[in-house]
Amino acid sequence: MSNELIDFVIVSVALLAIGIYGLSVKRNFIRMLFAVEIVINAANLNLVAFARFLPHSGGQTFALFSIAIAAAEVAVGLALIIVAYRMYKNIDVADFRSLKG
Amino acid sequence: MVDALFLGVAVLTIVSAIAALEMRSLVYAGLALMGTLGGIAGFFLLLDSPFVALFQIAVYVGSIAVLILFTIMLVKRELIFHKKEDTKRRYAGIGLMLIIMISMGALIFNSGLSSITTDEPPVDYKEIGNDFLTYYWPALIAMALVLSGSVTGAMILARRYDGVKNE
Repeated sequence: MSNELIDFVIVSVALLAIGIYGLSVKRNFIRMLFAVEIVINAANLNLVAFARFLPHSGGQTFALFSIAIAAAEVAVGLALIIVAYRMYKNIDVADFRSLKG
Repeated sequence: MVDALFLGVAVLTIVSAIAALEMRSLVYAGLALMGTLGGIAGFFLLLDSPFVALFQIAVYVGSIAVLILFTIMLVKRELIFHKKEDTKRRYAGIGLMLIIMISMGALIFNSGLSSITTDEPPVDYKEIGNDFLTYYWPALIAMALVLSGSVTGAMILARRYDGVKNE
């Protein structure tokens, strides 16, 4: 293999940093969901890269579990967006004031 | 040394991730997110994991991206193009992003990961199937229950009560 493990890990770190930037700056519910997806994909990339270079099947198995759980998370997240939009007519999380304690 | 294909996929993934967060229209941002998810599938192919790559394409690029696009279309037009951002928060976020990139990058470069290379054959997908059905079978069942529970929960959350006004 011409690519090394560190190349994949560096791409993964870049994606993680972009995802954290999105989570901390964006106030749009859908964009925050995008950022979460990017972070999850960075983690999956790490898992599969280590699984290839060690080599061990566990990393790929966990990546498959992670993808399936992320699908469930997106389904619930999008349903929450629809409910919040119906209630507030907005998808800006700063406007969801009644969720505060 | 990285090859040209890796470089191309890396640029596609990172640029479309930034575009997904920064593009003005949410519809184009959703399409850019599809690019990121497809790029990750490309990395999986480069890592000799075609099974995970196809799973990624089927689940993420196929279903989740379409689900996201339909949700965007259900939202009002003005909100799709609406972009309200605090400048201070934005600069703080960029600073946080750079700190994470530099600190974790330095940590990784000094960790000895660069010495790890492999000439061994990739993991066979039969091994993954074997893992799923032997050691991880309780987790597989739990995952199935979580998935069905979350889909049912999402439908219950999003349903509309006919005749009852929500406002």
